[in-house]
Amino acid sequence: MYAQLVKSEGSKTRDEMTPEEIAFQERIDRGERIEPKEWMPEGYRKTLIRQMGQHAHSEIVGQLPEGNWITRAPTLERKAILLAKVQDEAGHGLYLYSAAETLGISRDELLEQLHSGKMKYSSIFNYPTLTWADIGAVGWLVDGAAIMNQVPLQRTSYGPYARAMVRICKEESFHQRQGYDIMMKMAAGTPEQKAMAQDALNRFWYPSLMMFGPSDKDSVHSAQSMAWKIKINTNDELRQKFVDQTVPQAEYLGLTIPDPNLKWNEEKGGHDFSEPDWSEFFAVIAGNGPCNEERLGARVKAWDDGAWFRDGLMAHAEKAASRRHAAE
Amino acid sequence: MSKNEWPLWEIFIRGQHGLNHRHVGSLHAPDAEMAIRNARDVYTRRNEGVSIWVVPSNAITASSPSEKGPLFEPANSKVYRHPTFFDIPDVVGHM
Repeated sequence: MYAQLVKSEGSKTRDEMTPEEIAFQERIDRGERIEPKEWMPEGYRKTLIRQMGQHAHSEIVGQLPEGNWITRAPTLERKAILLAKVQDEAGHGLYLYSAAETLGISRDELLEQLHSGKMKYSSIFNYPTLTWADIGAVGWLVDGAAIMNQVPLQRTSYGPYARAMVRICKEESFHQRQGYDIMMKMAAGTPEQKAMAQDALNRFWYPSLMMFGPSDKDSVHSAQSMAWKIKINTNDELRQKFVDQTVPQAEYLGLTIPDPNLKWNEEKGGHDFSEPDWSEFFAVIAGNGPCNEERLGARVKAWDDGAWFRDGLMAHAEKAASRRHAAE
Repeated sequence: MSKNEWPLWEIFIRGQHGLNHRHVGSLHAPDAEMAIRNARDVYTRRNEGVSIWVVPSNAITASSPSEKGPLFEPANSKVYRHPTFFDIPDVVGHM
């Protein structure tokens, strides 16, 4: 999940709601979409900005671990594919920023909050991509987990968000397939290549499980977000679905999921599995993961270094406009 | 935050020849020419279009959601505007 710990505002019982708030909740319960200029509770607006902003930031920061391998991809074809995937992530970030802007916050303000550390991005991107197999694991597991979260969000209550998710989901399955394709190649390669694939799975398995956010019993913000339909499934539901989907895919590759407790549970119709280390999750979210500093540093540097260019294009546009104006 | 934020543009794409341009989203760009270039990269990476329109967002005037009733309800009672309102005998043939 690209939005893991979204603080939800304004949890109210029906008795505490104003007539406007009740009417709003009824619209959502009927499955109506909320559109930008319509009335909405301040808490709904703020929670959505936080969630969509976090989602957009994750797409943008998510380019960095993969961008690391563009110049080192093993073949020209792999390089072109990876480049296209990273370009998609930039596009996904832009769809989401512009959808968030309909809630009355500008993209520059959102970026400012990312750069100052006020807004977060997904914990997963604070792990390094050490080998080419990691690019496979990221596509297969990280994009796989993201899809699990994003498919239900196509039905989310806020129109611009839902429409952005439709576009994103269409493009995302290419990402997961290209990752799995890399893993198939590596797993069927030399013993060293297969070991590399196994190592990538070992390192990305638990961080991928963390993407869905804390366990339901510790997830204090879920109830209000689910009532507003900006969150459709609970964290644990999605995590379970992800594990059940991924186990046979790992089996096909001949790789072992690094969890001795992983086994099929006939009774619940799903796998039992070990929880990730949640203290690690909270440490990474708080800024103490292996790559937090590097990722945010790269973002801030790109933004600062690009300032003269953005300003230059704007100055050129203004000059051209005033020249046209004078000629009229 | 830079005070020089690029203006926002609404993007419309004609998916295929013969169809209308359709709103697909928005983006920031310094001017119309750059907006078209950016729209090509952001919204047509998979052959989604044959033509792009860009319009400054602040040039769009939208109806207000609170006007929904007065604007659209009058049409509800005018069912005779639909051809199925009229019963034409089968013997007359297709009409």
